[in-house]
Amino acid sequence: MRAVAAFLCGLIFGVGLLVSQMTNPMKVIGFLDVFGRWDPSLALVMGGALVVASIGFWWVERRGRTMLGDELALPPRRPVDARLLGGSALFGIGWGIGGFCPGPAVVAASALSFDAAIFVVAMLAGMWIATRLASRFATSAGAGQAAAGPGAQ
Amino acid sequence: MTIDWPAFTPGSALTGGLLIGFAAAFLALTLGRVAGISGILGSLLVSARGASADRGWRIAFLVGLVLAPAVATLAAVPLPPVQTLVDWPWLVLAGLLVGLGTRIGSGCTSGHGVCGLARGSLRSLAATLTFMAFGVGTVWLFEHALRVSP
Repeated sequence: MRAVAAFLCGLIFGVGLLVSQMTNPMKVIGFLDVFGRWDPSLALVMGGALVVASIGFWWVERRGRTMLGDELALPPRRPVDARLLGGSALFGIGWGIGGFCPGPAVVAASALSFDAAIFVVAMLAGMWIATRLASRFATSAGAGQAAAGPGAQ
Repeated sequence: MTIDWPAFTPGSALTGGLLIGFAAAFLALTLGRVAGISGILGSLLVSARGASADRGWRIAFLVGLVLAPAVATLAAVPLPPVQTLVDWPWLVLAGLLVGLGTRIGSGCTSGHGVCGLARGSLRSLAATLTFMAFGVGTVWLFEHALRVSP
């Protein structure tokens, strides 16, 4: 049941990205080209998505449980930090160069775009590197904790 | 700023946006999860050995995403072209930056830009404003200051 729901969500999400043309980098670059000939289309994509998603999140957070009776597993609310801003800045630069963000890139690659496939492979490599970096930091933090005294585990 | 009216596609943009929002709302209502693509991809890369219970829905979501072009074609929804403006070395650089940045910044256009903003998350607002600003700045640099792409 959960897998079917997730599959349908992915499918509808992907069709939405195709219909809105988010999968076409030229369209995305046209939206980001505020100082040139600006194509405001993607503002409507985001606006439309936000209206519906806001209602859904408001409703489910009010219920406190999913329709299947499970507990919510939404990300906790944390303060803004340098990691968030630095990572988002790197993402923005990559988005501006290629015109692809993760979801549309996966869908465009699935539509057999060779360029999108190259991008996706590089993106997965980038994600893997980020995870390696994070686990290195986590390991050194864990070592610090272990040195501070017995306990964890 | 000049608006590129011939390129403006309000109807398909709004329709696509509503579908994306519906998918995000549906995932929250059924699984209590955020539809963040970079998070879904990134956690699958990590938990390859950890085999968590959360692998199942993430894989199912991705299968749906990957099948979207085929299903759209069957449903006679025209597929938009995929027109890149840079050569592949730039695409590799862009991919690396997007992969690194979305993992370090805990989200992308879907996780922060749609789900996070829809939840009224301050972090997601800060992230979205940041990647939008850097995206706009980068396009300005490439298209106007450097004129790298045609």
